[in-house]
Amino acid sequence: MNKVGIFAVPAFAAAIVLFCLIRKVPVFDSFTEGARQGMKASFTILPTLVGLIVGVTMLQASGALDLMADALAPLMHAIGLPSAVAPLVLMKPVSGSGSTAVLTQILQQNGADSFVGRVAAVLSGSTETTFYCIAVYYGSIKVHKTRHTLPAALVGDMAACLIAPLAVRFVFKQY
Amino acid sequence: MLNWIWAGMILISFICAVCTGRMEQLSSAVLSGAGSAVELCITTLGLMCFWTGLMHAAERGGLTQLLAKALSPLLHRLFPKLQHNSPALGAICMNLTANFLGLGNAATPLGLAAMQELKKESDVPAGTADNAMVLFVVLNTSSLQLIPTFMAALRGKYGAVQPFDILPAVWITSLCALLAAVTAAKLMERHFCE
Repeated sequence: MNKVGIFAVPAFAAAIVLFCLIRKVPVFDSFTEGARQGMKASFTILPTLVGLIVGVTMLQASGALDLMADALAPLMHAIGLPSAVAPLVLMKPVSGSGSTAVLTQILQQNGADSFVGRVAAVLSGSTETTFYCIAVYYGSIKVHKTRHTLPAALVGDMAACLIAPLAVRFVFKQY
Repeated sequence: MLNWIWAGMILISFICAVCTGRMEQLSSAVLSGAGSAVELCITTLGLMCFWTGLMHAAERGGLTQLLAKALSPLLHRLFPKLQHNSPALGAICMNLTANFLGLGNAATPLGLAAMQELKKESDVPAGTADNAMVLFVVLNTSSLQLIPTFMAALRGKYGAVQPFDILPAVWITSLCALLAAVTAAKLMERHFCE
């Protein structure tokens, strides 16, 4: 089943190129234009990343990250998650760059193809920056009473935490 | 928010290192962390450029509009109160499609436009979210992304043999989370008065 993922990217790229040809879009010109925007976007987030990655690396080096993971271990085990992903679960709903920094740390410590590394990658790829998203969207139209938005969104995040380890086991037969 | 979190990270690290006697490691972490952020930015730059370039071409061809049109019957069921040709529904479709394709920069303005339209059509007092707004925001907080490129680029940097082999696991998890969140939003509607 993991072959599907490997197939997906080249197939998607080919489909887009074909789509552009059919729609008579100057495909390479549009591509380079977009790639230039991507380059700018990548460099724009560099200062944020430097700050947050230094922060997370310091937490790791001081031993604070391990202490936190140990403290949350019983809770994490109760929902089937390895305790090393605890910092990611806490960071992801709040900040995208922050969770990138945490994911970097987890992949570096455990390896990208380990069970922990894969579960962390699945979590970061399947959940969103919930609190940030709610704040930006409601803030833009000055809504304060958000009713059941947060509980419902957190049900989604919780479901991702429960499913991620199962999905990794199911797809990779890895424990 | 991030101001507090970041300040907390640095201060907690310092206090923790004083207590555990790991000041040497902490000191070198500052250097290595800053370096690895730049390294990360550069190693992922290629894939990010390639992907945004490809998606830009797809957008020029009108892929977002096309997929948004395909999505509209489904969304009409989720938002029964909105008219079929309402600008709110159009903006919602475009936003969700942009999210699905991973066009983060395009998705947020479309989402904000959708919120403005929903506010115009809302019949609840100002300052309160109606059911449509809640559902739309929940759809965004648990949105699907077809190919999470940046995450795959990170996996590649840290030695994944096949960075993209993770996709089916991401899709399964993402879809379950989305269904759970939407179901929760629909079930909770009645218990939170407008």
